[in-house]
Formats: sequence, structure tokens, C-alpha cells
Amino acid sequence: MTAVRPDPDALLARVQREDTKEKRGRLKVFFGASAGVGKTYKMLEEAHSLKARGVDIAVGYVEPHGRADTEALLEGLEQLPYLWTEYRGARMREFDLDAALKRKPQVLLVDELAHSNPSEGEPRPRHAKRWQDIEELLEAGIDVCTTVNVQHIESLNDVVAGITGVRVQETVPDHVFEAADEVELIDIPPDELLERLRAGKIYLPEQARRAIDSFFRKGNLIALRELALRTTADRVDAAMREYKDGHAIGATWAAGERLLVAVGPYEDAESLVRAGKRMATALHADWIVVYIETPELLRMPEDERDRRIALLRMAESLGAEPVTLGGSSVGEELANYARTRNVTHILIGRPRRPLWRRLFSPSTYGELLALTDGVDILVVSGAGEAAALRSPFLARSRTYLQAAQTGAAPGGAKPRWPGYAWSLAAVVACTLLGRAMTPSFELVNVAMVYLLAVVLIAFRFGRGPAVLASVFGVASFDFFFVPPQLSFAVSDIQYLLTFIIMLAVALIISNLAASVRLQANVAGHRERRTALLYAMTRELAATRGGQNMARVAVRHVSEVFDSQVVLLLPDASGQVRHPQGESIAGSLHGADLGVAQWVQDHGEPAGLGTHTLPGTESLYLPLSGTQLVLGVLGVLPANPRRVLLPEQFHLLETFTAQIALALERARLAEHAQQASIDAETEGLRNALLASISHDLRTPLAVISGASSSLAERGERLSAEDRATLARSIFDQSQQMGQLIANVLEMTRLEAGAIALNRDWHALGEITGAVLRRLKEPLAAHPVTLALPGDLPLVRVDATLIEQVFANLLENAAKYTLPGTAIALRAERSNGALLVSVEDAGPGLPPGDPEKLFAKFQRGAAEGAIGGAGLGLAICRAIVRLHGGKIWAERPAGGGVAFRFTLPIEEAPAVPAETE
Amino acid sequence: MTEARATIMVIEDEPEIRLFLRTSLGAEGYRVFEAESGARGATDAATHKPDLAIVDLGLPDIDGVEVIRRIRKWSPMPIVVLSARAREQAKVEALDAGADDYVTKPFGVGELLARVRVALRHGARAPSGKETLVLGKLSIDLQRRRTTRGGAEVHLTPIEFRLLACLAQHLGMVVTHRQLLREVWGPSHIEHTHYLRIYMKQLRDKLEDDPIRPKHLLTETGVGYRLVDEEAFFS
Repeated sequence: MTAVRPDPDALLARVQREDTKEKRGRLKVFFGASAGVGKTYKMLEEAHSLKARGVDIAVGYVEPHGRADTEALLEGLEQLPYLWTEYRGARMREFDLDAALKRKPQVLLVDELAHSNPSEGEPRPRHAKRWQDIEELLEAGIDVCTTVNVQHIESLNDVVAGITGVRVQETVPDHVFEAADEVELIDIPPDELLERLRAGKIYLPEQARRAIDSFFRKGNLIALRELALRTTADRVDAAMREYKDGHAIGATWAAGERLLVAVGPYEDAESLVRAGKRMATALHADWIVVYIETPELLRMPEDERDRRIALLRMAESLGAEPVTLGGSSVGEELANYARTRNVTHILIGRPRRPLWRRLFSPSTYGELLALTDGVDILVVSGAGEAAALRSPFLARSRTYLQAAQTGAAPGGAKPRWPGYAWSLAAVVACTLLGRAMTPSFELVNVAMVYLLAVVLIAFRFGRGPAVLASVFGVASFDFFFVPPQLSFAVSDIQYLLTFIIMLAVALIISNLAASVRLQANVAGHRERRTALLYAMTRELAATRGGQNMARVAVRHVSEVFDSQVVLLLPDASGQVRHPQGESIAGSLHGADLGVAQWVQDHGEPAGLGTHTLPGTESLYLPLSGTQLVLGVLGVLPANPRRVLLPEQFHLLETFTAQIALALERARLAEHAQQASIDAETEGLRNALLASISHDLRTPLAVISGASSSLAERGERLSAEDRATLARSIFDQSQQMGQLIANVLEMTRLEAGAIALNRDWHALGEITGAVLRRLKEPLAAHPVTLALPGDLPLVRVDATLIEQVFANLLENAAKYTLPGTAIALRAERSNGALLVSVEDAGPGLPPGDPEKLFAKFQRGAAEGAIGGAGLGLAICRAIVRLHGGKIWAERPAGGGVAFRFTLPIEEAPAVPAETE
Repeated sequence: MTEARATIMVIEDEPEIRLFLRTSLGAEGYRVFEAESGARGATDAATHKPDLAIVDLGLPDIDGVEVIRRIRKWSPMPIVVLSARAREQAKVEALDAGADDYVTKPFGVGELLARVRVALRHGARAPSGKETLVLGKLSIDLQRRRTTRGGAEVHLTPIEFRLLACLAQHLGMVVTHRQLLREVWGPSHIEHTHYLRIYMKQLRDKLEDDPIRPKHLLTETGVGYRLVDEEAFFS
């Protein structure tokens, strides 16, 4: 029976996760309908009351706007230093995140949750947005108090803009606001607010002052107040429900409702996503934003496609699950996907398509109606002009993309002029052919020839060249063939129909052909991606060791994304390190280790195209395993588009996931190996202890017994008995000495502490020394020697080789009956010296003779024959050190043969003696 | 026995081993002085002027080899070294520093006494080089450079004889490879140990009954050679 033991690593990770959750700071938001309601004032008041209660509180950043009462409240509170960033000579006062993390107060006040940090200047704040600073503070276990106005909430942005006509640039993702532990609404009636405004109590920045009339109208203020109250009420409602549901953790809505927002090429996508967010909140539903990659989408202008990158990111930040689907028919794809995900509501935008298109192709709405059952389909009208992407991040990433575009031509763009040239050539060819045909064929057949040319051109080169061919073809037909010839005048009205049909056929065929080709392209593209991914995955699967895998990963990612890539792995202390060893083509040098470390610690991407440190020129992605971040992938693209396009970015994410998987596999394998080594070491230690305790206890018992007899009653013993006892003490102590020497020797051999003291030696001499040393153990065994006189000298450590002989001969003597002969032979064999020690004893125990050479192995079961079972293991270690090998055999005539080889080297010459 | 009343200085830090040496040597009639540290032993040896010193190589304060060097500065007295097993390098170093012989721990008292006896005899009466040495069937006339085995003359090359003579000078005691190479081939050849292997084999082939199991020309593995015979005597 094997009980499933919980993975201790997983347990530890879980405990740590729970710990961090426990330790995560609390976020309190002072929430207001507009500027001037007194959020900062209220926050400072609360700070004072907390301080009076002995809470360690500090002010990270508060913008007093020169208001005396607010400034008065700041007094008596500890204020952290500001971060002064300089840009073109201007000094800007910013919140210093690192100073706050270093100070680590219990509660920190940071005003204006929606603030955007400057994207230029030195030093530049780490994050683009203040809410990210605050996230990091919370992560570090600091409680944070902050302020925000209703118009800064991302999903309400459109609504507020609709009410006030002023669009706010700085927004906070809904999830940040939703995750706040406490929201306190600061509410004053609009009249009072207007009163305060008139009294000059509300500070407004210069640019806002211009909008003052349109913004601070009573109607606006009432609407904003209502919005703020409703938002707060929603929160209270959600809290209530959560409480009722039991203590559900996390922000997942009850299953059941699932909203799918379909983003196609024509809708005002941002408004649609925001509407989706509001609806999902109202429905308490999970929501998915689906981006459908149709051939039409692939045809769209580049900057239009870039918006999709930004859009999916925005959806994700609003809490949606972004999904990219591919297919030719939007309606069909959506319907299929909605079925697989059990979607209950589908939200689509009202298509703004030309009338003729609506007549000829079915609308997405119509398709969905036909294909789905039991799903509510909601159509949202577009909010007028497609809103420009406003967030600084998006704007920036577009700048990058544009810069990249003007730099190098995008790889996929092919020159188009050959198509037009071909279409002209085809028309000329048709005209010549038609001239040859005219006398014998009817004119209508000539028209057919032109039509064929148009179809072929449409199929091969697409719409533009086809239209050109049809127009040019019609003109040529008219000019050269339709009477009156060599004039564009048309005598017969029926030829006008021929022209129209030719043009229509050209357009239809070219559209069809273009669609087919685009679909093939899309399919081909996907297949290439899959193939690339497969290539890397397969190679990773065949690679062992983290460093080697890193190399494979870097090579593949760098090839596929045309980037310089580096894989930074953390060391034992969690510090990311540049890879060691020689670099390979495409590896990125000088990665920003600071950014990489942040990614490693937080498990979030950073750098180019992300919210965190977007000014960095490389992108850093975490390699997240199931339990921890295994490393950081740094990517410096030659062309940012290659990485930031949605399909490319998703592909990069997939690559990253595969690399993380492979690294995790390597890590687990390493752990398993370490565990088995530990187990083996443990086993050896136990065997050693058992063996030594047995082999030491016996001689110790003899020695203490015999010596106490001699000491206590020596005078009563006969001289002969005394001699016998003394003799046995001597023998046993010798045996113990031998055992300890063996263990020491083995330890030194294993630790690699033995430097071979090699020198030239004659084998016969070593044998002689051994035989003299083992005179007593070998007394009962005749040893026959077969050492040819011309044996070469060998370069060995004589002491160690003598040990090998001694162990083999002693073994032979120990395991055979007295009188059994032992033969020692040496000969040249295959360029080596082959030495054999053979006996005619009982032979080897059954089983693999190799096992005899393992440590603490004995030929016979534990018993009368002493020795720790180290002898043969020592022999093997010594022989291997000399570059030879040792093995045991069962010779045909019975008994045992131990053989070992020693390499023969050319001995230096001895000068001949002149007499 | 003339050496029976000889004085022996024991320089050894282990009290148990000192006790054992004092009893064993005392029982043989030697006078024993003891020192438990190297520095102390070197000075005491100067005051007591013993006939022989037994020096443990593993002393706590200064290296046994250093003790030997200090004694050798003023006295040619025989020195026997005690050393742990498997430390051939240390033995060779001690012998090259001037020690006369060594005993490997753990050792039997018989072995130690034999070494002590040989060393004392050698110290008392170093062969003058003008004598004839008789080892069993062998007789070596050092002056006339003649060797006989069982009465029949054995032809030895000059190097073979110099090697044999060098070992005979230190009869019963170990001579390191370096010492032999320096004395027989000259100081520029002390690394050429393969010369020794070849010539030692030639000597054994000429002088021993069973060259593999020699009776007189013994190998001290990793250290050197020793010429022995229990009944050997100079005439």
C-alpha cells in the first residue's frame, strides 16, 4: 500500500502564499464624485486619529494644492522625501516608492490613485501608474490610504465623458478599485461644492480651469454624485452578498452567467469592452473578450491592428479573459466558441457597414441568431467616433510600432507592381489572340478569352490587378473588336452588358480568390507557429539540465521572434544571474538585471509594452512554474512589432509557458536525482555503521576480556595461557587496525583526496613485498607465482597497488580452506598488464560478480569471517585511479579468479653500463 | 650485550604509547628519557645525550621531521621514527632529513626492538668500508669489491656493486630511493627511480635464491630498500 504523501514543496508554497495573503497590506480608498469634495482632507484627519492611537503612519505623497487647511493638517505627520525627477530642466515632484518600501510604515498615505507617473526624465519612477506603486506597497505588507474620483474608474470613463463632455486621461483599472478593502465615500451636496468652488476653496490645474464651465455645472455634479453613490452602493451590495454566501475568497462571480464580448473589425471596440465590463458587473458574470482573426482583419491597416493589441490588454485589465479565435466566418466561430464555454450572453457592436455589403453578406448578428440557441444576443450601438487610445502605455506602444515601421519595412509586405504588370501583359496577349481569332470566331468568344484572363489574374494576383485587367480588357475589347473598331464608341447597346458582366465577374472572382488565399495564409501562419513551437518543445524534451535548456530556448525564441534573447535563471538565493558559459548567436547581453529581478520577484512581465517600466527597451517575461517563478526571459526585439502584435505576443507567451514547463521538469528531475543520491548515501552510511559496529565489537570484546584476565588474575594463569591471551589481544588489535585503515583508505579514495604517487615499479618487486607482508595470513596457503622475467615496468603508486595485491590475496586466504593453493599470474594482454589472482576454493556466491565490488559487500553472510566488505571496493577504486579495470570470473576449473589490468606505458631507457 | 645499558630518548605525545615504550624498552635494559613535545625533546636530547632517539612524526607542536633536523645539527645519534601507516611521503621525508629507520604504527614490540638494536649497533660501529660482510651464503668483500655466493664468485657490474655496497653500509636499515640514487648514480639522477628497479632486479637475480621472495634485498614499498640478514655479521 502506498499512501499518497503531499508534496512538501507544494505545501510550503501554499503556506507561503497564505502568509503573503495574510501579510498583504489593506487598501483604503477615499472616494468622491469630483475634485473638491474633501477626500484628501478627510484622509489626513483619519491619519491624525490613527496616529493618536499609536499607529505607525507616514505620508508618502499628498498634493495639498496650496490649500492652507490641508497643509495645516499635514503638520505633525511624518512626511517621506519626494522623488525629484528632472526632465528638460523641469523638476517634478513624485512619490518615492523605494523610500516608502525602505521606511515600511504600518500605514502609508498616498494621494491620487489615478496619477500617471512621468514617462520621461531622470530618475524615472519604476511604474507607469501610481496604482501599480500602491500594489507593490500592499504586496510589501504596507496598509495604504489613497483617494480617487469616480471619473477615473476605467469602466465608467465613457459614462463620465458622456455626462460631462470631458474625457479624463488618467484611469484606474476596475480590479484595483474592486480589490480595495475599504471604500469611504466622501459626499457633499452639489450646491455646497459649487459654493466652495466660488469661494476659491477648490484648486484646479490650469487646463482644468478652462473646462470649469462645462464640468462644474450643477447637472453634471448631480449626475457624477449619483454615479459615485451607485458605485459605492454596488460595492456594499457585493460585500453583503459575499458575506451571505459564506466567506468566499477571491472575486469570482457565481457561475451561471457568462458574458462574451465579440470584438470585430468595425465596432468601436473600446466602448464595446467598457460596456461589457459594466454589463458583467451588473450581471455578476464572468466575461470573455473574443478577438476574431478573420482574413478581413488581416487585411486591415497596421495601426488598426495595433489597436487590437492594446484592446486585449485593456480587456484583461478590466477583468476579462482575452481570447483570440481564428476563422473565416465571425458568426460561426463565435457561436461555436459560445457553445463550448456555456456562454449565456453575447455582446456585439452595431456593425457600421456600407449598405451594399449588408445586402450581400449576412451580418454577424444574423448568423448568431441562426446558429445559437438559448443565448441572449445584445447589440450595442457604437459611441460615435472610435475613441483614440488614450492611456500613456498604449500611446507609447504605438509610437514604438510606428517608429519600427518607418525603420525597417515589415517583413511580410511584398511588392505589388508585378501583379499589375502581369494583368496588363495578359490583356495585351488576349488582344493579340483575339486579333488572330476574329475572322473565324464570333466576337462573344473573344470576350470569353478576356474573361478567362481576368479570372486567372484575379485568382493569381488579387483584386487590384483583376480590376485593372477587367477595365483594361473591356477597353481593349471595345477599342479593337467592337464595331466601330479602333474607337471607344459602341454601336450595339448589348455590349454594355458584356462590359458589366466582365467587371462583375472580375470583382467576384478576385474577392473569392483573395479570401481563399488569405484563409490559406492564416492557416499557414498557424501551422508555422505550431511547427515552431513543436520544434522547440521537442528539442527541450531531449535536453537535460537547466543551463542546456536555457540555451535551446534562447536559440529558438531568438530565431522565431528575430530578437536578442536571454534566459536569466535565479541562483540559490533567488538572485537572477547572467548565464555562464559561452554565449550563442542571438543571446542578449547587458540585460537589465534590476528589471529582471523585479519580474522574478513579482511573477509579472515588465519592460517594453507592459505597464511596468515600459521605458525599458527589452521585454521581460516571468517563466512561471506551478509553484514559483523559475526564471526570466528577456527579449530585445529587432522590430517591436514582431513581439507586440497580438498573435505574436500570444505566441511568445506560449513559448514562455513551454520553456517554463521544461525548466520545471528539469528542476523536478534534479530534485528526484538528489533524493535518490541522498537515499543511497543514507543506505551506505547505515551499511558502514552496521559493518563497523559488528567488526569492531568482536575484537574489542576479545581484547577487553583477555586483557582483564591478564590484569586481574595473571599470576594464577600458566605462562602458556598468558602467552595465548596476549597473542589474541595482539591479533585482534591488528584486525581492528586493518579495518580502520581500510575505512580511512576508502574515505580518502572516495573523497578524491589521494594524489597518485606514480613512479616506475617492477611488478615482481611489489609482489615480493606483499608476500613478505602477508607471510602469516598466507602461511597455510601455497602461493604459486607466474611472473615472466621480461615484464615491463609499470608507472603506478606502489603502495596502493601493493594494497590491491594484499586485499586480493587476503580474500583468497580468507574464503578458502587452509591448504588451498593460490596462483598469482601476470602477463601482457592487449597492450596492458593483466594480473590474475586465482584460488581453487568454493567459488563465488551465486549472482552477479560485479556486486562483490560494491562497498560493504561480503562474499559470505555475516559470520566468522571478519572485514568490513571494503577490500574489493578499495581494489576497484585504486585500479580505476590507475586507468585499469578489475573484475571477477568463475574459471572453468572452479574456484575464483580476480583479474585486473594496468596500462603499459613506454618506460624511459636505462643507459647501458660500460664496464 | 654492549648496547643493553644504552640510553634512549622517546619523543612522543601520546602518554599511552610512552608508557608502553618505557615498559618495553625498560624490560630490555635500556634507560629511557621521555619528552612529550618536539621542542622539549630536541632540547632534552641535547642535555641527556642519549645513544638513540625514537621520534614520533605526528607531534602536536613541531613536525617530527623538524625535530630530526634539529638533532642532526649537532649529533649523528641513531634516530628511529614512529609513523602512521599510508604516510610513505612523511617517512621518506624523515629518512631523507637524517632519520635512520622507521617503525609503522601499530607495531609489535619485537619489530621496534629489532630496529632499535640494528640502529644502535650501526651507530656504535659503522662499517669502515674495509670489511667483508657475510649474509648467509653471500659474502661481500667491500674493499676488494668481490662478491661470492655459496663460494662461487658472482660477477657484478660496477653499478650493481656500488648499489650493494651502499645498502651494506646501512646494513639492516632502510635506505631511501633518493639516498641510493644520489650515492650510486650521482645527485643529478635522484629522480630516475626506474634505474633502481632495473638494477635491483639484476642484483636479486644474481644474489637471491628466489628473486621474487628475496631474503636479503628487501623492498620497503614506497620508501626504499633494506639489506638484511638476522645472522649477518662483519668479519
